Amino acid sequence: MPLKLLNNVFFQSIFLMSLLVVVGIFIPNWLVFVITKAIAYGLVGLGIITLMRGGLVSFGQGFVFGIGGYTAGLLGTQAGLTDAVLLLFISFIFTGFVGLIIAPLLARYRDIFFAMLSLAFSMVLYGILIKIDAIGGSDGFVLPESTYFGIKPSKEYADYILYVVSVIMTGIVSILLRYYYDSTPGLIALAVRENELRVEYLGSSAFNVTVLNFTIAAGLGGMGGALNGIALGHIDPEFTYWTTSGEFVFISILAGYLSVPAVFLAALLLELVRSFSGRYFPDTWQLILGVFLILSIIFIPSGIGSFFKQLFDKLKNK
Amino acid sequence: MSDKSNLLRAEGINKSFGAVIAAKDININIQKGERVSLIGSNGAGKTTFMNMVTGYLKPDTGNIFFKGENITPLNPRIITQKGISRSFQIPQIFEPMSAWENLLVALGTSKKNHSYFRNARSKENSDYIDEILSRFSLNEFAHRQVSELPGGVRKLLDIAMALVRKPDILLLDEPTSGVGAEEKYPLMDTIAKALSVENLTVIFVEHDMDIVQNYSERVIAFYQGEIIADGNCDNVLNDKNVQEFVTGKTQVKAK
Repeated sequence: MPLKLLNNVFFQSIFLMSLLVVVGIFIPNWLVFVITKAIAYGLVGLGIITLMRGGLVSFGQGFVFGIGGYTAGLLGTQAGLTDAVLLLFISFIFTGFVGLIIAPLLARYRDIFFAMLSLAFSMVLYGILIKIDAIGGSDGFVLPESTYFGIKPSKEYADYILYVVSVIMTGIVSILLRYYYDSTPGLIALAVRENELRVEYLGSSAFNVTVLNFTIAAGLGGMGGALNGIALGHIDPEFTYWTTSGEFVFISILAGYLSVPAVFLAALLLELVRSFSGRYFPDTWQLILGVFLILSIIFIPSGIGSFFKQLFDKLKNK
Repeated sequence: MSDKSNLLRAEGINKSFGAVIAAKDININIQKGERVSLIGSNGAGKTTFMNMVTGYLKPDTGNIFFKGENITPLNPRIITQKGISRSFQIPQIFEPMSAWENLLVALGTSKKNHSYFRNARSKENSDYIDEILSRFSLNEFAHRQVSELPGGVRKLLDIAMALVRKPDILLLDEPTSGVGAEEKYPLMDTIAKALSVENLTVIFVEHDMDIVQNYSERVIAFYQGEIIADGNCDNVLNDKNVQEFVTGKTQVKAK
């Protein structure tokens, strides 16, 4: 029975969410902040994983990350909407909608053409954002402090509350995504990765699968951008810059496309490496990141997720 | 003949690739439940015809009707959804997946199973896949990665995937090509047995005349894009033109 429960996605997620919420009480505030940022980046990485399952990699997820961040920021400063839960939700929906609009164009391309076209979108947005002074230009702008169901937490607990909200919302998204991955349409996405022609000859559309996956990836990227903006209390065009998009690709490669939790673990590793290298080895961040990427490609080509998969397969076969 | 009796009807099909004529005034009527083999030397137009029926190629002129509906402008996906499935000369299967998962993907493409929040590996789906696997004698290979499977098994899986949707017409492109001589008959026996369960129309391209004779009721012979004979096996295989241009058997001239 316990093994059966361990194989249940819903139970796994509830257990992990509860564990993270409890652990958050005992860890220092700086680590709570780092994990919240990792979750924000992990959400975007999760979007790329969704695309990778269909055989595509986006080099321009900074585009949706930025749209999500700016959506949350502008709703806060212009419309006075400060509820973090609502901001995350609206950013998810709005950015997903933007994704749905551009997805039919992107879905016509494959491989490097898809990757570069997505990068082009992010660079266009970056170029526009740095020129618009009304929203801070290259400096961006500060977001108002967040509230939660009408309550504004004290500064002491603000980070922890945002952390709990992000853990719960990400948990829900991850459960839904796991169900999608395990459904027949989710499985067809894996088939598209291998042989599009056969998928068409089985009566399914590779194009539709790609549009759906990009829309999901956009929604997740937007939610991640909003969370990152709220956590930092600031948003600027850097969100959409190509190096930011590169970090998301790094997370996806490190995680592999086999496991949802692996994406967040990879994002956390990235954030920790970033934090420690920034503190103890200033100006070496890119060098450390590069070495880390080389090592992970050589030693774990299928990503951290392959370890999780092996572990659960063993549990299943017991 | 009315459209009701003709499941598939090709009318005045012409197709050229530059100077090469791949189809010249092709007219074919296929009835429900028929087992038809298409014969002809390489480049005779058999596979081109198959590709036009499944929407991969469009004829230059002429139309193809399925159950009375003109399917000429439709793409392969829509044609498959309407009830025409095909297998390939080189099996088109999903290499990193197991045979079982390949069939699961094939099953998932049907609208009935297209649910985003229902686990693909439901008991209903599992039972159906197990049934298909046993019909094709593939049980022992169910959970092996398909890239490791021998050629004949891969052929069977390719055909099984096409059959999962329960099509009205199944087109098989050289089901025994690339298979050793001793494997051909057992393979065709397995295919024939598996397909006999359905009230299925089967059209297959084949080069082996013994297989054609044993497994089809009707034969259509192609030569340079034209149909040179169409009828029952004995008549077509004994046709003078077919013997000269297709089977390569020389006529014994009386002294």
